[in-house]
Formats: sequence, structure tokens, C-alpha cells
Amino acid sequence: MKIEDLREAYGRELLAVARVDDRVVALDADLCGSTMTKYLKEEIPERFFEMGIAEANMISVAAGLALSGKIPFVNSFAVFAAGQPYNQIRQGVALPNLKVRIVGSSSGLSDAGDGATHQSIEDIAIMRAIPNMTIVVPVDAEETRKVVCLSLHHGGPMYIRISRSPLPVLTDSQTVFKIGKMTLMAEGSDVTIFATGIMVHKALEAREILIKQGINIRVVNVSTIKPLYQEEVLKYIGDVKGIVTAEEHSIIGGLGSAIAEALCEKMIPIKMVGIEDQFGQSASTHEELLKYYKLTPEAIIEKVKALLNRD
Amino acid sequence: MDNNKIKELKRKAKIIREGILECIGINKRGHLGGSMSSADLVAALYFYKMRINPQNPADPDRDRFIFSKGHSVLAQYAALAELGFFSKAELKNTKELGSILQGHPEIRTPGIEANTGSLGQGLSIGIGMALAARLDQRSYRVYVILGDGELDEGQIWEAVAWARVRCLDNLIAIVDHNKLRANSPTNEGNGQFNIRAKFEANGWKTWEIDGHNMEEIIKVLDETDRVKSSPCAIIAHTIKGKGVSFAENNFSFHNNALTEEQYERAKRDIASIVE
Repeated sequence: MKIEDLREAYGRELLAVARVDDRVVALDADLCGSTMTKYLKEEIPERFFEMGIAEANMISVAAGLALSGKIPFVNSFAVFAAGQPYNQIRQGVALPNLKVRIVGSSSGLSDAGDGATHQSIEDIAIMRAIPNMTIVVPVDAEETRKVVCLSLHHGGPMYIRISRSPLPVLTDSQTVFKIGKMTLMAEGSDVTIFATGIMVHKALEAREILIKQGINIRVVNVSTIKPLYQEEVLKYIGDVKGIVTAEEHSIIGGLGSAIAEALCEKMIPIKMVGIEDQFGQSASTHEELLKYYKLTPEAIIEKVKALLNRD
Repeated sequence: MDNNKIKELKRKAKIIREGILECIGINKRGHLGGSMSSADLVAALYFYKMRINPQNPADPDRDRFIFSKGHSVLAQYAALAELGFFSKAELKNTKELGSILQGHPEIRTPGIEANTGSLGQGLSIGIGMALAARLDQRSYRVYVILGDGELDEGQIWEAVAWARVRCLDNLIAIVDHNKLRANSPTNEGNGQFNIRAKFEANGWKTWEIDGHNMEEIIKVLDETDRVKSSPCAIIAHTIKGKGVSFAENNFSFHNNALTEEQYERAKRDIASIVE
């Protein structure tokens, strides 16, 4: 399976859209070598703004640029981009519904070595609570490129969550990507897995194992966490006995919560795979952390079997 | 500047103060103190300095004004109504359910350029607008009124440092230095000392003026036009509640209700201001 770096795809695509649309500007808080805005910086320096390590100022400057007709892409690690300037995002960007793209890089546990301070496990919850915000978690490099491109034509603020880890390429240029639409990745009729980000790949692995045991699960990629439409969820659950959600995020306020909110009046059991209410920690690899916090195919399999009363 | 023009600007400041009272009304809460202290600065910007056209509010070349101390927006509402951005009849609906005049500035209101209210953000938004002017090779200028209490916010100093690095000479910060926050003097707590020195240390061209002296205000605003390569800061010494005798230098009227008697007294006080 082909593996591709999402940050690299993001940085290259950002430059590509900036070349053809001079409204595009990028702001970064001293992390352009990691968020990959360095490509835009090198080729179009007049539209790259090194803001220093001052995220609050960065977001509000982006608001001013958006109020003047620019399309700012604001970059930092997800934990800083979404966490540090919460009120600047809320008041300056979301309330006036401005076209600012907040790009949270090194998201989830993917900055493994740096530990809890640098791992964003509640960023989706924070962003979800803000009215007008659109939240997209690209599943792979291909989708990352599509999100960047499509974001130029989408109104209002958007939070884009990018993993530090290169991920399997699960979609191709033919796969349709639309804000608010889910993507069926594999069919099955026993249980539906709604997964996002790196967990889509984990869910597909779980599916391969379960097929051999006579269990068929459907895997749905939820790249748009917000808006999350009930009718979109209902498309994929008519025939199944239960639902499992899977995300590299706290089980509080993320994809699992969003699905549960959408289905709270439907009599269908839901189980969640995500980080329990706790912080991350340092480890030598991302994979090691995913195992420790039970963000694995095995964890998904366990939930599926519990739903089906199988062991 | 001839005396008639100064007299006219003082008359506009008086109209703004009357408008502030109109917004606050009787037995309703409203941010009187900070609105009154900003009134002369707002009058000078809207009726003397800024290039704006109520008939073409989206003109890309218009000058921008951001009230970063958003609670004082009543002074801006009064000025915008006087300019015809919306009807003066709207002023009495300020803060009512469904009103276009919210408790703090929102861009849904004609003439308002940015959402502020949570303090500390307006100068940064102004930087974004000043950068856009440069990218688009437009000559508009960006004026931001800050509160002195607002200078407690760390983001202000992020913005002050950054604007200097980019030599944003189209950005003008005006500090409404009335020396009082909502509940305490600004030199208490993590208080603000040597505001001028802080701006100057960050490379801003800085002036200190009497923020109620119209001649001084317009003179310094004109001087900012000639500054090259550095942003401008005007520290305007003001009196909280200026124009309303019982509210002057009294933080009880930061955001308080006026009784009918107080309201009438305030109206008389404002009417008696010499133009």
C-alpha cells in the first residue's frame, strides 16, 4: 500500500493554489519547516507571514486579512492552532463568519516524542463547539490536496487537522470529496464503523481480520466532522446491528459524540473507540502510542464483537 | 485649521455624546464612561480624518476604523448614525433583541469593520488590514482605538512588536488613556506604567496629547500621515465619563444604568458643553 506524507501534500498544494489565486496568504508561528508552509514562503515570500510564536496575534491578523478579501491559511501544531487562540478564533473569525483556514498540523498523538503538551486530543471538541466552524480531517494525502483546493470555494471558517505521520493512501483522484459528505470505504452489513483520520485505515485492517471470522463490517470515512448531517449518517446504518466510531481524539466531543448526537433519538447501539478522558505522553513512535491508548484494529474488533455478542 | 472647522468638530463630538446617551437610555445598562472618554477622538476620525463614504461602505480604498475597546462602541454608533450609515432612530434600540446595534461591535452593523469586545484583539485585526493594503497597493489607513485597561492583554504587545517588524506606517493606534478600568484604576494589579515608553521601545512613533482637545487631536492625526516606516501610537489622555459631571473619573459608570434624573442631568451637562 502506498504511504504518503500529508504535511508534504498540504504544503505543496498550498503553494499550488497560491500560484493561481493571489488572495491566498499563509501565516505561520515559527513552524513552517514542519507545517510545510515553507514551500509557499520560498516561492511567494510576499504572501507568507512569519508571525513568530504568538498564536493569538496570528489568528486576529488573519481575521483582518480576511476582512480585506484575502484567504488566510493559519498554521501551527493543532494543539496551538486550536487551543492557544480560542477566543481569537471565536470572536474574530467565527462570529463574523470569515473565510480563515486554521490548519492544525502534527495533530492527535502524531507528535509522539513531544508528549502531552504537543498532542492535540481535544482540538476537535473545542472547534466543534464554535458556531459557523467547518471541521475537516483528511484521511490521506490525496484528500488533503482536495481539501486545500476546495476550501477556496467554501464560505466561513474552517479547521483542517493534519497528521504528522505519513498515512496509507486510501483514496484516489476519482474519489469524490465534498464538505459534509461521508465516503463509503468498504461494504458490510453487520456493523458500521464511522472512522476519521488515521482510524479509517485501522478500521479497514479490522475489517480484513473480521471477514475471516464471518463478520462483515462497513467502513465509512468521515472527513467532515462538522457539519455532520443526520441524513448522511442514516444512509449507512439502515441494515446494521450497531455502530462503532473510531477517532484519534478524546471520546469527549469528537466524532463519536457527533455521531451520538445525530442518532440520539434512534434505537441503535453505539460504541466508541477513542482516547479515554486522559492526556497523552511521550513515546518513541506514533504507533506505540496508538497501541497504548487502544486506537487499534483490535480495539475496533473488540467493540464490534461486543455489539454482536460474540467473543 | 480654521476656527469654524474646529467648532464644527466640537459640535459633532457633542452630537456623539448625545447619541451615547440615546443608546443607553433610562434604567438600562450601558458603557457610558469609556464611550464618553473616546467621543472627541471618534469625532475627529469620522468627521475630519478618515476617507469614508456612507453611500459606498464597501469602497476598497476607504480608511478603516476598529474600536478594539469594543464596549465603547456607543460612540461609534452615534457617529455612524450621524453619517447616515443607519437611521438615528436605531440608537434607542441598542442592545435590544434583534437590533442591528449589538452590545459590542459586529460587522453585521453597517460601518463596523471588525468584531471586537473580548479585549486585546483589535490591533492585530488592524495589522491584517494594513498588510492587505500593502499587498493590494492601496493607500487606505487603519485607525485602532485601544483602551488603557485593554493594554493589560498580552496580545496587544504581540501586535505592537510585530507591526514594527513589518514597518506598518499605515497603522495608527490611539490609546484612550482614561486611567480607569471597570472596577479599578489602570495602575493597580498588573497595571500599565509608562505606556509611551513601551510603544517607543518597540519602535513606534509616539505622541502624547489631551484626548479632549480637538486642535491637538487633529494636529497629531495629520502628523501621522507624514510618518514613514514605523507604526504610530497616540496616547490620548482622557477623562472617563467626560461631559457627564457625575460620571467623570468615576468607574461606577463604566457600565451602569441611569435613573431618569441622572439621564436628564447628563443631557443638560452635555448641552452645556461649549463648542
